[in-house]
Amino acid sequence: MEEQQSLWQFIAQQSDKLWQQTVTHIGLTFTALLIAVLIGLPLGVFIARRQKFAPAVLGFAGILQTIPSIALLGFMIPLLGIGAFPAIAALFLYALLPIIRNTYTGIKEVDAAVVDAAKGMGMTDAQILLKVQMPLAMPVILAGIRTATVINVGVATLAAYIAAGGLGEFIFGGIALNNTNMILAGAIPAALLAILFDFLLSLLQRMQLRKMHRLVIILPVIFIALSSFYVFSAVDKSLLAGFTPEFMGREDGYLGLKSKYHLNIRNVVISDAVMYKAEFEKKLDVISGYSTDGRLKAYGLITLKDDKAIFPPYYAAPLVRKEVLVKYAELATALNLLAGKINDSIMTELNYRVDYLKQLPERTAKDFLIEKGLYKPPQNGNKGTVRLGSKIFGEQYILINMYKMLIEGYTHLRVETRTGLGGTKICFDALINNQIDLYPEYTGTGLLVVLKPSKKKVADLMGNRDSVYQYVKKEFAEKYNLAWLPPIGFNNAYALMMRKEQARRLKIRTISDLKHYTDRK
Amino acid sequence: MIDVQQLTKTYYDTVAVNDVSFSVKEGETLVLLGTSGSGKTTTLRMLNRLTEPSSGKIFIDNKNILTQPPEELRRNMGYVLQGYGLFPHYSVAENIAIVPKLLKWPTEKIRNRVDELLYKLQLPPEQYRHVYPATLSGGQKQRVGLARALATDPPILLMDEPFGALDMLTRFAVRKEFKELDELKKKTIILVTHDVQEAFELGDKIGLMDKGKMRQLASPPELIFRPADDFVKAFFKHHLFQLEWQSMRLKNIWNELPEAGNAIRATLSADHTLWEAMEELVNNNAPVYVIDEETRLRKEVTFEHLKMAIQKQKRQN
Repeated sequence: MEEQQSLWQFIAQQSDKLWQQTVTHIGLTFTALLIAVLIGLPLGVFIARRQKFAPAVLGFAGILQTIPSIALLGFMIPLLGIGAFPAIAALFLYALLPIIRNTYTGIKEVDAAVVDAAKGMGMTDAQILLKVQMPLAMPVILAGIRTATVINVGVATLAAYIAAGGLGEFIFGGIALNNTNMILAGAIPAALLAILFDFLLSLLQRMQLRKMHRLVIILPVIFIALSSFYVFSAVDKSLLAGFTPEFMGREDGYLGLKSKYHLNIRNVVISDAVMYKAEFEKKLDVISGYSTDGRLKAYGLITLKDDKAIFPPYYAAPLVRKEVLVKYAELATALNLLAGKINDSIMTELNYRVDYLKQLPERTAKDFLIEKGLYKPPQNGNKGTVRLGSKIFGEQYILINMYKMLIEGYTHLRVETRTGLGGTKICFDALINNQIDLYPEYTGTGLLVVLKPSKKKVADLMGNRDSVYQYVKKEFAEKYNLAWLPPIGFNNAYALMMRKEQARRLKIRTISDLKHYTDRK
Repeated sequence: MIDVQQLTKTYYDTVAVNDVSFSVKEGETLVLLGTSGSGKTTTLRMLNRLTEPSSGKIFIDNKNILTQPPEELRRNMGYVLQGYGLFPHYSVAENIAIVPKLLKWPTEKIRNRVDELLYKLQLPPEQYRHVYPATLSGGQKQRVGLARALATDPPILLMDEPFGALDMLTRFAVRKEFKELDELKKKTIILVTHDVQEAFELGDKIGLMDKGKMRQLASPPELIFRPADDFVKAFFKHHLFQLEWQSMRLKNIWNELPEAGNAIRATLSADHTLWEAMEELVNNNAPVYVIDEETRLRKEVTFEHLKMAIQKQKRQN
């Protein structure tokens, strides 16, 4: 029961935030739904009357439905920026198909004899629509609205990716931080909302047919009431920060910015995938990124100096099973050829080539080694096989390609690569279970994700690159029989970033400068 | 009252109704008879413009209906259709009140009229007013459909297979009631059916249609005893004996029947067919008498006289 209790504790502790996220979630869902009903219903009526337009309209709405939600949100950014507006637009597009289709089907399925009788008695087209077709089609139309509601409650969790808030903030924060309570604190209310609204609408749907005409009035009122939950934030000229869900929940992230720097900045939660672009497009002013990210160069961003050292160093170094080092003595020599060779700006440049210019990691790796005079053609030896692993992102691909070339060029060993091993946990598990022999790891990750020492210990180590390295080296050797070889040189740590031009204009170089600037405003 | 001239309806390359003309006098019942696809329903639907004619003219009381707003036209005609087309979300009373409401009758007047109709159609108002169509039997639905068409007492009634959805037994019963309903006595009725018996039972005139054309438009005896062509002859071939007896009414042979005293109790009226008279003769061993309801004169009916009348018709042919 310990797990459950701490979930309640988490919820109690975060109740303000949870409430606010829930309200935002409902607001987003029903604002989009209301617009979808306002547009989808007449459109469904229209195509039920003008059949020849039906395939085109339904086909188009169908195509919209097949676009993956993340992609659709991505498309919205260049068009509508970030925040509630694009999120509502995307949700609206998803809600459209079930509403149009069910309105169309519902009206078409009204008994032809009834419509014929209505016409034969001298009802006008408008009277037939409002008094006969709509009330009789209402159960089918409601089923469509129900489907759209459930879809929207689900998709609205993704709104957190583009800074629109909602329960997705907890869900994605929790996934990034491997914090089950946080995931559940977002996922359970989201599921409950879906079930609740589905149930309420099912009650309406089962309502006696004869009362349906009243529903035509009641439903919009309910929808407007629910969407008014959501008040669009007033236009604010102060600096706006966009932080990833993971950053928001970390001590060496937003929590640290608040406790150590006392930074108070207007912020939104946003996905790492769209954050840099939004920063570049001036939708955001400050973002949380990684200091060697290629997009730093691509979008003309600079990192702010962490003058109070809240971000632990993330120096990259090969993490190797000791047995392999013993078995093949020449391996360490080959791997150490790269030690100290790549600093932050070089790594940023290399990442830029792969992530932004779409160069193959092999080519980038080879070009770099040739430039440094380290490249040797493979010797095609058959002394044994070394298995290299990597996480799924460009930087790791570049690094293991370099190691592969160095090992094959300088030793008689053969190399097998296993790229794309998800996150830290998967890579690390593969290593200690003898599935791979080495992979590039970061000291900060080793410290905070694998070793997880006490807060005090972390505070003691923090700020000194060497002490963190020495600590993880010692602990990994003792606990896991793994060796950290000398660091490659660069520090891929968290960093706050701003556009070069804006930072220069506002004279902000460090995080403390940023705090002073925001305090003055 | 209704005058139809050279009515034609074409859909793309098929001709549904081909150059049909007829006229119906006030209070008369015209039955359009034919198999499915003969164009009878299309002809009916052009009369209230549920289908727009491709060419031709329709006059009602000398007014060209094609220049009137269709909604207005329809509100002044009763319309009964095969599936009844009752609104499932309206109660019986609400269904009957549809046209009065469209015409903005006062509530009180609507309620009285609805109750009156329910009463006349043997659906006790207290019991049926608030019932929904789903719970009614076929015969009851048919009556509600009829009541709805009669709500504003329109002079013209258009009926498209009004008994088509009923089983045989119910159909006979409902048709009998229908004939005796005083609300219908003075109406000009155009009724579409594929049922020959029904046509002869209800029609003052019958228009036999085939492939969009009016093959013969005549009174029932004429249709049977003087068919216009081989098609008409063949159409009635299977029921010829019965139809011969059903096509004629006692009033048609009134002058040939022997007089009877004024105090005698009559069991038949002049509107009854010879077929019905024969049934009465077979079932009753006593002499059978008929009364002309307008003149209150009575006559005797014997099998010999009926037989002679039929034979006379045949000879004239």
